[in-house]
Amino acid sequence: MISIGLDIGSVAAKGVLIQGGRQYQMMVPTGWSPRTAGEQLIDDLLQSSGHRPHDVHSIVVTGYGRVAVMEASRTVTEIKCHARGVAELYPQIRTIIDIGGQDSKVIQIDSQGRVVDFAMNDKCAAGTGRFLQVMANALGLDVSELAAYEDPEQAATINSMCTVFAESEIIGLLAQGVDKGSIIAGLHLSVGKRVAAMAKRLGIAGEVAFTGGVAMNQGVKRSLEQELGCKVLVPEVCQFTGALGAALIGLDAAA
Amino acid sequence: MEKMSSVEDFAKIREVNILLIKEAKETGQKVVGIYCTYCPQELVLAAGAIPVSLCGTKEDPIAKAEEHLPRNLCPLIKSSYGFAVSDTCPFFHFSDLIIGETTCDGKKKMFELMQEIKPVFVMQLPHLNQTQASMDMWIDEMRRLKGFLEEKLATEITDEAIWQAIDVVNRETAAAKAICDLNQVEPPPLNGLDLLTVTWSRGFNSNKEEVIAMLDGLQKEYSSTDKESTPRKPRVLLTGCPVGLGTEKVIRLVDEVGGNVVAMENCSGYKTLELQTDTEYDDPLVALAHKYISIPCSCMSPNPYRMELLERMMNDFKVDAVIDLTWQACHTYNVEAYEVSKLVKSKGIPHLHLESDYSNSDLESIKVRIEALLEMVEQ
Repeated sequence: MISIGLDIGSVAAKGVLIQGGRQYQMMVPTGWSPRTAGEQLIDDLLQSSGHRPHDVHSIVVTGYGRVAVMEASRTVTEIKCHARGVAELYPQIRTIIDIGGQDSKVIQIDSQGRVVDFAMNDKCAAGTGRFLQVMANALGLDVSELAAYEDPEQAATINSMCTVFAESEIIGLLAQGVDKGSIIAGLHLSVGKRVAAMAKRLGIAGEVAFTGGVAMNQGVKRSLEQELGCKVLVPEVCQFTGALGAALIGLDAAA
Repeated sequence: MEKMSSVEDFAKIREVNILLIKEAKETGQKVVGIYCTYCPQELVLAAGAIPVSLCGTKEDPIAKAEEHLPRNLCPLIKSSYGFAVSDTCPFFHFSDLIIGETTCDGKKKMFELMQEIKPVFVMQLPHLNQTQASMDMWIDEMRRLKGFLEEKLATEITDEAIWQAIDVVNRETAAAKAICDLNQVEPPPLNGLDLLTVTWSRGFNSNKEEVIAMLDGLQKEYSSTDKESTPRKPRVLLTGCPVGLGTEKVIRLVDEVGGNVVAMENCSGYKTLELQTDTEYDDPLVALAHKYISIPCSCMSPNPYRMELLERMMNDFKVDAVIDLTWQACHTYNVEAYEVSKLVKSKGIPHLHLESDYSNSDLESIKVRIEALLEMVEQ
């Protein structure tokens, strides 16, 4: 039984192929065509696992580009896929925070990994990967470098939640001579506060799992722990949690 | 034998009635535009005028409205005002008078601006509906409206005429409720869009007896047809801000992802349908005041009847999920969303609160939320 899960996000497209106890992972930039990204992921997964298209039993696709992938056996929402993925990685977890390229969400799950409730951010970019990316550009850094440069002891206060205004605000702070590291810590705190408020509104129980591309940023993880007052667990494969969940949902359906 | 009617007949009401109202105006009949379920349309009927619904449910005139109104205002108020100021709504165009109420801050201030365009009478609606002082004031507002209509329409409104109008509106309300109640069974005879088409369109009919006959005919039609057995779709209850044709995106999306809006608690839906004017009172204005003050709009504080109604509807309509829709900047519904979520979750029913506007810019993000809600039902 071979099951493929694809998570076509706004920035990156992630794929997981499960065969028995083995797992293969692939990631490509989504670019302008979610369909092409999905096709490429399937090809890459098949190539690395040494299988042919007709060997695959199920392809479950999630993410904003989920309807574009023609090969899909079915589509499932990111919410359900992250829930399934986290239930596999951390069976004890009841609260998931996922921060991706264009949205952030909080998901509550029960002991069976079923979604009990969820909340998503509004249509603006505040509290998402996009917010951090715009800020990194303004600071002349790549988004992946932010955590390495931060100075959490001297966090600057960033008042604007709005991406556009926050960008002007940090340009102002730079002009005042405020240290880059302090600004970055302030940005991480701003994302943490925003997403933590959404989580608290939903209610959190015990530890929290943190998934999505932004979970690779240690600064955001730290500020979430600070704001939530609990431990935040980041899976090693945080970016692949949704794709893993999708592949598992394909396996579950066949079982 | 009673005539059967179809949802298509209701879909045509708006178009047909533009012409009927134009003709009625030419014979000297007066038209009174009303915005809200709090308006006692019985007084308009008793004055021999035609009451027409004017609620703004389309995005088109919002840009025009934003020339005068702030952008961060509820789209319903902006749409209503935009239609008025751009003269693009035939029903507003034909209205001789407009009646508004002080339901929310945005509306009451918008009505001040609307005075520039047409004569607007604003009823002061009390927001504490359980005190004697509120009731006295509301009865007084009924009298003030009656005086205004008599003066502007140069007519006398007799008690007898009001009682007659009360009877007609009571019958229309009961007929509309009977249609909505059809959907208590599985499969529901009306899908979400049909339900909206019927309940929303009926407000545009200039002839109450005709609309009652249409509602009765529709009920007959659906009671007599055999129900096809179809796979059960998740049954969704929609509550929150008013929805009309033009702002039905949530209903469409529920349908698109495989669910069915079987009941709507909103204004044009079930919110007012249990309320009958009690004909045992001596004074018809007192009778009307009692009915209208009971409407469970979020502008009332506190507003326990809405929660009671929701709880009952969740049971009666065998609801699998609840969607609570708040239009951007509608503070009262937005705050009440917290109480609604507690109630729905306490029943173990999946719940989704959406905040949106009339634009289509958030269709994808709303769709994924609704899909996830229905996944919660199916798991």
